[in-house]
Amino acid sequence: MRNSNEIIDDIANREYEFGFTTDIEMEMAPVGLNEDTIRFISAKKEEPEWMLEWRLKGYQAFKKMQFPKWQHFEMPELDLQKLSYYAAPKKKKQLNSLDEVDPELLATFEKLGIPINEQKALAGVAVDVVFDSVSVATTFKEKLNELGIIFCSFGEAVRTHPDLVKKYLGTVVPHSDNIFAALNAAVFSDGSFVYIPKGVRCPMELSTYFRINAENTGQFERTLIIADDNSYVSYLEGCTAPKRDENQLHAAVVELIAMDHSEIKYSTVQNWYPGDKDGNGGIYNFVTKRGICKGNSSKISWTQVETGSAITWKYPSVILQGDDAEGEFYSVAVTRNKQIADTGTKIYHLGRNTRSRIISKGISAGHSDNTYRGLVQVGPRAANARNFTQCDSLLIGDRCGAHTFPYIESRNSTATVEHEATTSKIGEDQIFYLNQRGIDTEKAVALIVNGYAQEVLNQLPMEFAVEARKLLSITLEGSVG
Amino acid sequence: MLTIKNLHAEVDGKQILKGINLEIRKGEMHAIMGPNGSGKSSLSSVLAGRENYTVTQGEVIFEGKNLLDMSPEDRAREGLFMAFQYPVEIPGVSNLHFLKTALNEIRTYHGLPAMESKEFLKLTKEKQQLVDFNANLMNRSLNEGFSGGEKKRNEVFQLAMLDPKLAILDETDSGLDIDALRIVAAGVNKLRSADKAFMVITHYQRLLEYIVPDFVHVLYNGQIVKTGTKELALELEEKGYDWLKEEVHQKESV
Ligand SMILES: Nc1ncnc2c1ncn2[C@@H]1O[C@H](COP(=O)(O)OP(=O)(O)O)[C@@H](O)[C@H]1O
Ligand SMILES: [Mg+2]
Repeated sequence: MRNSNEIIDDIANREYEFGFTTDIEMEMAPVGLNEDTIRFISAKKEEPEWMLEWRLKGYQAFKKMQFPKWQHFEMPELDLQKLSYYAAPKKKKQLNSLDEVDPELLATFEKLGIPINEQKALAGVAVDVVFDSVSVATTFKEKLNELGIIFCSFGEAVRTHPDLVKKYLGTVVPHSDNIFAALNAAVFSDGSFVYIPKGVRCPMELSTYFRINAENTGQFERTLIIADDNSYVSYLEGCTAPKRDENQLHAAVVELIAMDHSEIKYSTVQNWYPGDKDGNGGIYNFVTKRGICKGNSSKISWTQVETGSAITWKYPSVILQGDDAEGEFYSVAVTRNKQIADTGTKIYHLGRNTRSRIISKGISAGHSDNTYRGLVQVGPRAANARNFTQCDSLLIGDRCGAHTFPYIESRNSTATVEHEATTSKIGEDQIFYLNQRGIDTEKAVALIVNGYAQEVLNQLPMEFAVEARKLLSITLEGSVG
Repeated sequence: MLTIKNLHAEVDGKQILKGINLEIRKGEMHAIMGPNGSGKSSLSSVLAGRENYTVTQGEVIFEGKNLLDMSPEDRAREGLFMAFQYPVEIPGVSNLHFLKTALNEIRTYHGLPAMESKEFLKLTKEKQQLVDFNANLMNRSLNEGFSGGEKKRNEVFQLAMLDPKLAILDETDSGLDIDALRIVAAGVNKLRSADKAFMVITHYQRLLEYIVPDFVHVLYNGQIVKTGTKELALELEEKGYDWLKEEVHQKESV
């Protein structure tokens, strides 16, 4: 009979279950990064001159920047000259329905447990599939069109709504924000664009599945979401990647803009390939996500379930500029084997009566390292600003690490900033109790972890909560999930 | 149903069970009594398979199978249930979700399909009424914030739901007021049947006024030192354990 430590170890060391690749012919950019690469990408995408110029500005900024040093992990050696910065499926013809999508791609989604065909029927989920760099299928477009909602690939938006893109691109995450954002500005491949007009409540979850599928191809998605006055949108980004030996850099940028009385809910389920149990391979997920509550009484809420990647390094942030604006960050980050997560949020209270809520649940297993890093900044004008932070860490086994770095900077004496933190271990008593009811250790751990993450999972749109739960279980089927 | 032969077990290098012999047949209700620290919880833990206990000698046969070879979850699936002396809390996991998982794991083990939600809810309602369990507690997180009494009653509710062959109740009565005790006892009595057996560990005779045992065993210092019928429980209530301890020590010194 194996003891529960052995089982937990086994679970914690489980190989990634979603590792497989799809064979779709690629069109690659030459390896390396220079102005020519950027011109190649821009030309491939038939971009207007202003877009190319913006990319080149990003590249100029990038050249002057260095990798940061403050992170709580050892930065892997990254040779950005060895990556190829563009890959696209060759078949580029317009598709009117999912039936026209490459059957192999559909089979891939099947394996991931994301039956698109069912999703169409499900509570109205529109799916804009980004497969590698180019969107190959967009659904529910017509219905959205009727409401004046724009939901398309970023590349398409550059062509069809250049004024909107020009007006907002880089206004939340400037081309020179940080080295990875600058890199993204220079070489971004594709991504999604959403515009919700004044007074419109988007009637369905907007959702995109990203997937890295080319060897040695950096992924540089760029997403821009604008919610105009009195509008609402819920957006879900979910991803899972095939098995790879080479490390892959993923440096996405997401910008959210919420105008007066509008609300953006952005949910992420991240399951990039985490590397094998010795930490070889796996995705570097270095993402810049930031939203601005520009208008009064606007709201932005980030929810993330992070289970994948060799290194997850990101701080989805909210700038609360309007008065009475509200920001939220709900996070579950799971690490196992040799995975690293250094994640959290930054909330900037600028307007009066702004509120924020941060709920972070870190779960570490194996030899992994899980760091929460959060900044709550209150500006001088932010009278009566309020923040509540709850930051919990759950440890599975005794070789993993959990760290919490909360930074609070308040320049207004009427502000209230609260921080609570706990660290706990999955108890043998809990596991034994569940064992005694006929539940094996693997499932017991999954059950306990799902319970632990409940508060965050509850924030996800229902269908995705189900999926996220399944993902946590599979991951911590491997690792407390 | 259950045969325990010369069972020795230790924990942290300390010998706790020192040769337990016990035979439990279908339909029987056995009470285990004994002073604090005599090894009652240890016995139930060893039977349920708690991993920090090491069996050093002896064997346990449960329904013709070697119990000690099985994992804790397989013991449960084979029909052994333990109501914990100290039930644990599992935050964020609803009582019902937990029970449904448990029930379906057991069904899968026996080659049965998972129970439909509708059927499950029906069963839930039936059992909840049978053992008079507070319906409001069913959707709460498992034992989280439950009072001591509520936790104990939840154990009995789970027992009713999972319908095991052999149920071990470890001091399910302690911490209950007299009304709760009556309800718990009534619940257990309703679950008694010709093909089930119970091992009820208790400190107090008073539970045995409601749940009438076929046998009473006294555990002392890791051994069963006396076996009798319900009258033995009354005698213990009256005279305490000291006379028994003396008897044991006299035997030892002979
Ligand atoms: N983990 C442990 N390590 C060392 N001794 C233990 C441990 N658990 C129980 N014991 C000891 O085993 C003996 C029996 O305990 P227990 O089975 O709980 O008795 P009871 O339930 O009859 O009160 C006691 O002396 C107790 O201190
Ligand atoms: Mg005890």
